[in-house]
Amino acid sequence: MAKPVIQVENLSKAYQIGQIGSRTLSKDIDRFWQTKILGKEDPFLKIGETNDRSTKGGSNIVWSLKDINFEVSQGDAVGIIGKNGAGKSTLLKLLSRVTSPTTGEIKVKGRIASLLEVGTGFHPELSGRENIYLNGAILGMRKKEITRKLDEIIDFSGVERYVDTPVKRYSSGMYVRLAFAVAAHLESEILIVDEVLAVGDAEFQKKCLGKMGDISRGEGRTVLFVSHNMSAVQNLCNKGIVLENGGISLNGSINDVINKYLLDDINFNQSKIFYNQDCKEVNGISKVEIIGSESFHNHNESIVIKISSDLPISDCFLGVALLNSHKSKIFTTVAKVDKKTKELICEIPENILLEGSYSIDVATFNGDLVYEYLGDICSFQVVDLVNDYKIYNGNIGDLKIDCKWLVN
Amino acid sequence: MKSTQDQSDWDLVIKGHSSLFDLKFNDLWRYRDLLVMFVKRDFVSFYKQTVLGPLWFFIQPIFTTIVFSFVFGNLAGISTDRVPKYLFYLAGITSWNYFSDCLTKTSTVFKDNANIFGKVYFPRLIMPLSIVVSNLVRFGVQLLLMVCMMIYFYFFPIPKTSFHSTEAIFLLPFLVLLMAFLGLGLGLIITAMTTKYRDLTFLVTFGVQLLMYGTTVIYPLSYAREKGYGAIVELNPMTGIIEAFRYAFLGKGEFTMWSLGYSISMTIIILFFGIIIFNKTEKNFVDTI
Repeated sequence: MAKPVIQVENLSKAYQIGQIGSRTLSKDIDRFWQTKILGKEDPFLKIGETNDRSTKGGSNIVWSLKDINFEVSQGDAVGIIGKNGAGKSTLLKLLSRVTSPTTGEIKVKGRIASLLEVGTGFHPELSGRENIYLNGAILGMRKKEITRKLDEIIDFSGVERYVDTPVKRYSSGMYVRLAFAVAAHLESEILIVDEVLAVGDAEFQKKCLGKMGDISRGEGRTVLFVSHNMSAVQNLCNKGIVLENGGISLNGSINDVINKYLLDDINFNQSKIFYNQDCKEVNGISKVEIIGSESFHNHNESIVIKISSDLPISDCFLGVALLNSHKSKIFTTVAKVDKKTKELICEIPENILLEGSYSIDVATFNGDLVYEYLGDICSFQVVDLVNDYKIYNGNIGDLKIDCKWLVN
Repeated sequence: MKSTQDQSDWDLVIKGHSSLFDLKFNDLWRYRDLLVMFVKRDFVSFYKQTVLGPLWFFIQPIFTTIVFSFVFGNLAGISTDRVPKYLFYLAGITSWNYFSDCLTKTSTVFKDNANIFGKVYFPRLIMPLSIVVSNLVRFGVQLLLMVCMMIYFYFFPIPKTSFHSTEAIFLLPFLVLLMAFLGLGLGLIITAMTTKYRDLTFLVTFGVQLLMYGTTVIYPLSYAREKGYGAIVELNPMTGIIEAFRYAFLGKGEFTMWSLGYSISMTIIILFFGIIIFNKTEKNFVDTI
């Protein structure tokens, strides 16, 4: 096994929530008196609550991270996923030394460069070239290092023409391109990236992801990547960590982690039968059900969707769209409803869907007029016990299409 | 999660609490290029889109000198130790400005840079150090102005006044260092405390102005002694430095080893204390600011 380059031990971080600032002096004195003079436990850290933003806690201290332990080996690309407020950003902040942990420690081997934001420290009055030097230096590069890579950076950014123009005249896209170009050329052993790729156009995003892939796979450097974009994480990373309420809930290879994470999400929120509480009067749908008692369907079984309504529906179209685990539409199928009916059956043929988790959209409509729209309901799993696609790390797409092959 | 490596294999250990005296000077040295960049940035952004550009460095001290000469010299009639009034005030203003710029600008370092400090790590001390160095440029320009004025008054002397520079002029780099470190040290203490208690920012803005009157900027130390306030003024560590500065350039002033020694020891204590409290604050200030 490769040597660990980051080792996190019992890491915790507490934050004080609510009003900070009013009467802090008296509180500070009180706290100092209690802990240092009387030798009691720190009253502010005593109440250990997990970080759950939706429930109301008793104290105004939350543990944004609580007793985190993990290791990252050299060359790993680790995706850190979790819901908002799970502690992802706090973990990155601790790793990049922006703030320090309350308890526990992080051991690091090699230089860390963190990219929590693109263009940190850019000065609007300075030219692009001057900002490359400034930003590079802020990120920890030496001047001669930047000079050596200057052409490469300018080339990658694609803003050669404007490199001597003050960056305040840049469009926001150009700004981001330049900033990412600097960061991408850091020579650090460990790169920490927060969701910075949500900016820039599609072409540049692809370029960034490609560059990050090169960094982790080609150059053997370690990457920690936080994103909500599951396909980006899946493409880029080989390991995954899921944070939930300040603790690690899953840790393992990226495909396992993402599948379990999405499955947890589905089990928590949805089931195979969907009852519409808010059924429309005209052409409304009251219930959608995927037939079968098991939550898993074999890939060589057809999937039967039963759509029913309390009041008969007529003179409209009924559409069913299939979504994959990343909530992207795979295909849509539409039926025309002429005569009054209370029940429709849609059957997705066998041997079409590959292994993975899916859900559906169901809608009734007529032209521009939408009667009922039910998005992302009735999740189900498809398993494939026969075929095993090892290539692409198990990510083989969603559809199984038998194409004609001609072997010459 | 057992590690097979021993402690010494790790390049960096991030912990909640570290030694108070771990000042991370080698980290600081590694980021020296950043310091240069910040200084350059400050300088360039100062005069970009201004018509007069670096000339602005001159305008403030010239006008202050004129107003001081009029108010304190002509109206109040405070003695200037038989040194030409303009030179006397300019010498005081130049050195006081450098000290007060270092102090006021470093005293808001955490607040002004919360955004960048919250996103990326570099030794935080780089920022106040870069401010001190940037101000050095301004100080140099003002010093040049003073030298020009000295040359002028040498050829066109004002009757009943005299001045001459002394060998103490070789102490100049050392005096500048003292002013910088004293301002820096006080600024660091204040910025560290303002992360929690904003009140101090208000105190600094007018406090520095008031403190000037407690320093020998607009009057010579001999005059303060005459009036019986010498001891109070001498308690101010800046007094010794400014007196030495004036003695070096103009040959007047109460320059003694004792007063300079007092300033040196105060500077060292304040700077040391400032760096420690700054380093302690920098680790977590992002959470409270």
